[in-house]
Amino acid sequence: MTTATERSVPKPVFTDAEAGAKEFPDSKARRFNYFTPQKRKQTHYEDVTVEVQPDPRHYLAQGWLYGFSDGKGGYPLDWTQLKAWGSDRPEPERGPGTGGQGYEWPAHGWHEFRDPNEEWELSLYRYNANVVRQLQANVDAAKQAKSFQQWNPNWVRFVQQNVGAWMHVDHGLGLYLFANANRRGPTNMHNTAIAVNSMHLIRAAQDLALYQLTLSEEVEGFDGSAHLETWNSDPAWQGVREMAERLTATDDWAEAVFAANVVFQPLVGELFRSQLVMQVAPRNGDFVTPTVVGAEEYDFSERDLRYTKAIFELLSNDREFAEHNSRIMNTWLADWTGQAITAARAMQPLWSQPDTKPIRFEDALDRVKSRFAGVVEELSLDIPKELER
Amino acid sequence: MSRQSVAKAHQKIQELAWEPMYHQPVSHYGTDYTFRKAQKKDPLKQVLRSYFPMQEEKDHRVYGASDGAIRGNMFRQVQERWLEWQKLFLSIIPLPEISAARAMPLLFRNVPNPELHNGQAIQMIDEVRHSTIQQNLKRLYMNNYIDPAGFNSSLRNFQNDYCGTIGRQFAEGFITGDAITAASIYLTIVAETAFTNTLFVAMPAEAAANGDYLLPTVFHSVQSDESRHISNGYATLLMALADEGNHQLLERDLRYAWWNNHRVVDAAIGTFIEYGTKDRRKDRESYAEMWRRWIYDDYYRSYLVPLEKYGLTIPHDLIEESWNQIWHKGYVHEVAQFFATGWLANYWRIDPMTDKDFEWFEHKYPGWYDRYGKWWENYNRLSTPNGHHPIVAEDVDYQYPHRCWTCMVPCLVREDMVMAEVDGQWRTYCHEACRWTDVEAFRPVYQGRNTPNMGQLIGAREWETLYHGWNWADVVQDMGFVRDDGKTMVAQPHLNLDDPKKMWTLDHLRRMPNLQSPNVLLNQMSDAERAAFHANYIKGGPAGRPAKD
Repeated sequence: MTTATERSVPKPVFTDAEAGAKEFPDSKARRFNYFTPQKRKQTHYEDVTVEVQPDPRHYLAQGWLYGFSDGKGGYPLDWTQLKAWGSDRPEPERGPGTGGQGYEWPAHGWHEFRDPNEEWELSLYRYNANVVRQLQANVDAAKQAKSFQQWNPNWVRFVQQNVGAWMHVDHGLGLYLFANANRRGPTNMHNTAIAVNSMHLIRAAQDLALYQLTLSEEVEGFDGSAHLETWNSDPAWQGVREMAERLTATDDWAEAVFAANVVFQPLVGELFRSQLVMQVAPRNGDFVTPTVVGAEEYDFSERDLRYTKAIFELLSNDREFAEHNSRIMNTWLADWTGQAITAARAMQPLWSQPDTKPIRFEDALDRVKSRFAGVVEELSLDIPKELER
Repeated sequence: MSRQSVAKAHQKIQELAWEPMYHQPVSHYGTDYTFRKAQKKDPLKQVLRSYFPMQEEKDHRVYGASDGAIRGNMFRQVQERWLEWQKLFLSIIPLPEISAARAMPLLFRNVPNPELHNGQAIQMIDEVRHSTIQQNLKRLYMNNYIDPAGFNSSLRNFQNDYCGTIGRQFAEGFITGDAITAASIYLTIVAETAFTNTLFVAMPAEAAANGDYLLPTVFHSVQSDESRHISNGYATLLMALADEGNHQLLERDLRYAWWNNHRVVDAAIGTFIEYGTKDRRKDRESYAEMWRRWIYDDYYRSYLVPLEKYGLTIPHDLIEESWNQIWHKGYVHEVAQFFATGWLANYWRIDPMTDKDFEWFEHKYPGWYDRYGKWWENYNRLSTPNGHHPIVAEDVDYQYPHRCWTCMVPCLVREDMVMAEVDGQWRTYCHEACRWTDVEAFRPVYQGRNTPNMGQLIGAREWETLYHGWNWADVVQDMGFVRDDGKTMVAQPHLNLDDPKKMWTLDHLRRMPNLQSPNVLLNQMSDAERAAFHANYIKGGPAGRPAKD
């Protein structure tokens, strides 16, 4: 006869600890009560992002605990020149017998920003997983249809050099501007939206790089390393490169995000992607490249630009600092628009490279200028005269 | 993607980096470490084409389990004793996670290896995942657990509460000060590599034993990312070790990071696992046993010690001392006792210990009852209002402790308390290692070497001082730890929700003597009084007992 020893495992216990089992003070208080939602009802997005990054101006009773060598801790508001209402009020002094109260929530206007894309982990993984799956399917379908064989040598060269060069822009801005800026914003909502923007760009850079890898395997004579030479020394790309590098060298996080998403992307990014590559590729027998580049275009125009406008609209209409902010943002517009137009004009030779030509460069530039002017107007800012260069 | 294509894809994306020709990326964060350019490989070998679908699949499992838990009435089997402590844990942990995301840019300009930056960027977005998925878990608890109080006010509570402040070091330490000290040594080499084992593996196992299988679902999913982050830290550490000039700083930072993590994480997680559980099977591991396995054996002996041959000076003494604190000096028990002493300043309910708990503690920690048993019997006796004060204001042979200025856990192992006058203030420290951290390590000169990028310990670091001279009812109201009837406290020293008369209210606190800050009183003493006070304090304990002579 065998005897079974009883395994040592925790025993289930009926505790009846579920909602509604009893009534007592707070038993029905089932919403986060430490912030005011943007709309009547708080959203799932707000619940998982708002207040995760503290602020000593409202709750943080004991203040920041660790500082840099200059004694500044946390997320200093003066990491940008822009201000939201309440920014100039000093942090509450806390000491013996002061208690822990700060200003009433939100204490200042930075906390009013909400990402209209409502990005958090669930949304960002769903979105980006869908994009990479669809891109992979598009490229696989093209391989099976032998569609790359229709490309003429000039188009092959265009893709290996110019579409290839763009991945460096995405990578540089994704890492050294946007990922860097995710440490700089004053609230969790800003920094989370910026981190998601960063991943869009890094993913887009990798999408292009891996697309090039496929082309190297599928297209005879495709030079998978040609993009390096183009990026390093083609004069048509040096304006873009200089601007991309200067964007990553910008100290003020808000200026960097503004210059990238309000100026550079509409005037240079959309010019290259929407007005050149996506227009000209089909005429040269390429239906795949526009889907790869188009995914990135959608990231920007439908998501990254949306949150960017939401950040800066609030600031240009701020109840205390609208004039201050508008003045600074107009200065940024003047400064960066001139450089963006110079970079855009330097790219003009690309328009004559494919066998079948796209719309004229000047017409393409007019389109993006018009689009840019619309964005600027939506932000209640002035269209800079540098646009007419 | 096949393994071969992943390798090829990863090789291809290395072409993305470029050396600036016109402008250098902005350098916001300084370090006293020096790095030479080196071809250190990205250990993650992660390509976003496979990364995003992988994370999405992990999400499917987590959210599927969440749905299943609600449909399957999981909360009918959840132990309230356990879930109450989650009000503290889940208020703390989303901030360290998001701070780890914010920490990654500290490394970009300081670690000159673009290949590693790819891994750091992926870690950044992993951490956004962790923070929001944990907030989401807390939201689910708030919506489905019997007592939402404390969950519903979670982040304000955490930011105002002294326990939250202790936990906040585990976040702010990642994002400020010397970039390598913070984002590499403190975050990845110690916090993630050593202590996430207890946080995200040991603790979820205890949750499951208490009827909660959602915490393991979420945190094991999180931990599956941590293993990649550990590789990130290791690659940076090897680069730092290549320069002998860094060895002195590495020694300093490992000592600080190890000791602070021990003080903070062992205090919190040790308490949750030992005092938040109803699972008293004698063969289930105690926190001390888990610590020995996960931290001493897996981290110290298997990960740290082999690095000695590369020139890393391992803080053997502090690691042995941490074990000494946990095993011989009852560190976790002292902390749990203090949390329960100060239950009224918190935002969760703390269940009294029972005879079954006593038996388990005595079995696992021989001598426990003689030290702590009587005090927990008093806690039980004083748990419902009956004309007496909360236990902190009753005579139960317990001396309210001083705060450690560095780790902000009180000086509970009384014999170890040290004092120092720093920047015109007399400060108390729970241990010589915490004094060293404040007085020697976090300074612009270390052992005669200029360390201009080292951070500072700042802030109002003794919670009691903010409320010196306040009535306790006003303290609790100021912090906002009151339920929606305007008077019943969120915190309770028991789990009874049936009888409103058994729940403590602000009215009960109004009758208590005012709160006194031990540090304010210390600084009012003459030198002779202070010396006498110290001599007496270190004769106290264990279990907070005042010195007997």
